[in-house]
Amino acid sequence: MTWSMLFFVLVGAVSLAAAAGVVLSRQPVHSALFLLTNFATLAVLYVTLEAQFLAAAQVIIYAGGIVILILFVIMLIGGETNDFVARQRSWTRGVALGLGILLLASLSYSVLQGFAQPPGDVAAMQGGIPEALGQTLFTQYLLPFELASILLLVALLGALVLGRHGTVAHTGSRPASPPAEGDD
Amino acid sequence: MVPTSYYLILSAMIFAIGAVGVLVRRNALIILMCVEMMLNSVNLTLIALSRQWGNLTGQVFVFMIMAVAAAEVAVGLAILIANTRHRESINIDEIHLLKW
Repeated sequence: MTWSMLFFVLVGAVSLAAAAGVVLSRQPVHSALFLLTNFATLAVLYVTLEAQFLAAAQVIIYAGGIVILILFVIMLIGGETNDFVARQRSWTRGVALGLGILLLASLSYSVLQGFAQPPGDVAAMQGGIPEALGQTLFTQYLLPFELASILLLVALLGALVLGRHGTVAHTGSRPASPPAEGDD
Repeated sequence: MVPTSYYLILSAMIFAIGAVGVLVRRNALIILMCVEMMLNSVNLTLIALSRQWGNLTGQVFVFMIMAVAAAEVAVGLAILIANTRHRESINIDEIHLLKW
């Protein structure tokens, strides 16, 4: 077993344990922290896969943005949780576990069939540095890039609209604001 | 060098764990976290295959998926907070106003 293989096994084991921790934790905060661990281990794996820019983007966007957002919302609304049991359906967990094993088996089977050959021209990827990714992104995939920026703008507006409080006036001095803004 | 299929199997396992989490858990926040985990497993698959074929297209795809995932989490959490104004619980069994 080479060092790179050993490294992959260790990091992969941590990633899987963190993934299991997300699903099995009682407290949402523990789940969020396990999710953070999962994202961090995935970023490490991206570096071994010649995707250095994406590893940094993973840490910044996911660990530094999405997990923080989730933790904020947990602090706002998600604090209390017992393990909610689905009403009238005690067999839910067994069926879900069975379906998950079936999914894993079919995915693994389809993957093991191909991909026996070693990786191809790894040097052409230049380690996934921003320069190389930017060349491809801004020449060949410019339209998806612009569409992604529009998507982010739309999501920003959507989150803003959804996050507004009700438009009923609370103070008597102000006239009632029209309710049309929040009803799109 | 670690074979690509190892990365793909790891990604499949994380995806399956996320899928089981979505099916089993009833807390809407944890379901959202499991969906994010599934998206991340797909990212790992795409980057592994990008290395397999020496092409940066997979990494561009992952870039787009990260943007979409960030947008989706923002809007999803906003929906959850808006839902909390009407009822206190985020148990998805109790968010059923659209049912007959």
